[in-house]
Amino acid sequence: MKIDEKDVTYVADLAHVELTGEERVRFLRDLNSILDYVDRLNELDTSNVRPMAVMANLTGDATLRDDIREGLRKSLPHEVALANAPDSDGTFFRVPKVIER
Amino acid sequence: MDSPSLTIDATRAAVQEQRTTATALAEDFYQRIDKQDPLIGAYLTLSKERALARAAEIDALAAKGEELPPLGGVPVAIKDVMATRGVRTTAGSKILGNYVPPYDCTAVARMEAAGAVVLGKLNCDEFAMGSSNENSAWRPVRNPRDLGRVPGGSSGGSAAAVAANMAVATLGSDTGGSIRQPASFCGVVGLMPTYGRVSRYGLIAFASSLDRIGPLTKTVNDAALVLRTIAGRDPMDSTSADAPVPDYVAELEKPARAVKLGVPKEYFAEGLDAEVRKAAEAAIQKLAKSGCEIVPISLPHTKYAIPTYYIVATAEASSNLARFDGVRYGFRAGDARSLSEMYRRSRDQGFGAEVKRRIMLGTYALSAGYYDAYYLKAQKVRALLAQDFAWAFKQVDAIVTPTSPTAAFKLGEKVDDPLAMYLADIFTVTANLAGICGVSIPCGETKEKLPIGLQILGKHFDEATILRVGHAFEQS
Repeated sequence: MKIDEKDVTYVADLAHVELTGEERVRFLRDLNSILDYVDRLNELDTSNVRPMAVMANLTGDATLRDDIREGLRKSLPHEVALANAPDSDGTFFRVPKVIER
Repeated sequence: MDSPSLTIDATRAAVQEQRTTATALAEDFYQRIDKQDPLIGAYLTLSKERALARAAEIDALAAKGEELPPLGGVPVAIKDVMATRGVRTTAGSKILGNYVPPYDCTAVARMEAAGAVVLGKLNCDEFAMGSSNENSAWRPVRNPRDLGRVPGGSSGGSAAAVAANMAVATLGSDTGGSIRQPASFCGVVGLMPTYGRVSRYGLIAFASSLDRIGPLTKTVNDAALVLRTIAGRDPMDSTSADAPVPDYVAELEKPARAVKLGVPKEYFAEGLDAEVRKAAEAAIQKLAKSGCEIVPISLPHTKYAIPTYYIVATAEASSNLARFDGVRYGFRAGDARSLSEMYRRSRDQGFGAEVKRRIMLGTYALSAGYYDAYYLKAQKVRALLAQDFAWAFKQVDAIVTPTSPTAAFKLGEKVDDPLAMYLADIFTVTANLAGICGVSIPCGETKEKLPIGLQILGKHFDEATILRVGHAFEQS
C-alpha cells in the first residue's frame, strides 16, 4: 500500500474535489494499484538523464514574438464573457460569500 | 447518388459539377444520422443552422461556376472537445453541459474556411480520458461494426461517425492514442500529426505536452487533404510550429519504394492478440513486396511507456482541469454555503469517476514530497523513450506496428479495471510522449469481422512519409 485513507483525503482537498465515501474506498484501491504499476519506473537508473520538460524544441523560434500592446485581438464584449456564467449581476461573476462578517 | 461511399474529392466534385448540392448532401447526412445514430450514439449536438448556412454559401459558389475550395460542400463533424462558436461544446462532461463557446477552435475554423460543412459535435470520453468511449457523461458510443462492442476512445464518436457514413471526415484529438485506437477499432484511417503541427487553440486541454488534433477519414488521401487544411502556424497557439506545410496530397504520389520500415520487436511480444499479430505481419509482408525495406529494430524502453504516460498525462490534466470551478462557465452546484464548498461540490458533481481518478493521481504525483519520485522520474523516462525513437529513426524512415494489441472489446469488459483499460493504449502512448506523428490504417479483420489497424509512426514533421506508406499499402 503506497497511500492510505488519510492521503486520499489530503489529495482530494488539494484538488478541490469532494469525494463520497464510496469513491474514497474505490480510489484508494485504484490509486494503489496504479502506483504499484508505476513502480516499475524505478527499475531504470535515471540519475544521468535530463527530464524532458518541454516540447518547445519541436516548435521552434515562432514561440517568441514582439509584444503587442492591444493583445492579439480585442477582448470579448462584457455580455459575451458573462454569457456562460452560472451566476452574474451583469457586471461581475457572482459567487458565495468568501468572508463571514 | 450513393453518398455513403463518398470520399472528400468525390463529394466536392459532385457539388462542383452540380450533380448534387451541399444543402441536399447535408440534409441527406442528417437523415442518415436521425435513422442510425439512436443505435450508435456518435453525435451529441447537431449544428443544423450553421451547416445549412455554410452549405448555401458553397451552393452559391457552385451555381456561379466558381472553383470550390478543397473541402467545398463536404459534410464533416467535430469531436466535442473543440470549441465551436454558438454550438454547445461539452467535452463529454456534465461540467460543461450547457457551455456555448464564444469562439471557434482554429482547426474547425480552417475546415470551414476550406469549404467544409460542420454537421455537429461528436461524442467522446469525458475530457478525452478513456479508451472505450464508455466514460462519456452522456452515453457510450457503440461500434458500427458490432453494436455489442466499443468503438475505442477517446474519439469514439469521430471514428464511428466515419465508419457509419454519418460524416465524410471528422476531427478527433489524440493524447495517448485517442485518434489511432478508435480508427483501428472502427476500420477507418486516423492520423495523429506531430506535436505542434496543428494548432491546439480552442481544444479543451487534457495534457498540454501530449494533445494533438487530427483527422479520421475513409482513405489516406482524405487524411492528407484534411491535414493540409488544418496544419501550420497559428498566432493563437504559441506551441504551433512554423515549419513549412508540404502539399501532403501531392506527396502521396511519390513512390514508397525503398522506404526503410522498422519493425520493433517489443510491439510483437506477449499480450498481442494472435489474429492482430497475423494481420500486422501480413501487412508488413505486403509492404515488403511493394518495395519497402523491412528492418528489425528495438525500442527498449517500451514497457515503461504506460506508467510514464499515466503520470505525465494525469499531472498535466490535474493542472488543466483546475479551471473548472463553477465561476465563469460550466456547472455550479447550487447548495454551497461558502466559496470553497462551491468549488468542491461543483467539481464533485460535475466530473465523472475517471476524470476524478486522474485528477487525484495527477495531484498526488505533483504534491510536495512525491514530485521527484513520480513526476520528475516520469519526465526522465520520457526522455529515454524519445531517445529510443531518435536512435531508431537514424536507421529507418518509419516504424510499423499494430495500432492496438486487440480488436474492439465488448462494452463493459474493462470498465471496472482502470489499469486494464490503460493497457489498451500500450502501442500508441509512446508516440505522444516522443512528440512524433502516427497513422492507423485498416489492415484486415478478425474471424468475427472486427477491423484490425496497422500503425505507421514517423519522424517529427514527416507526416508525408507515413501517409505515403499508408497510401501505398491501401492501393496495393
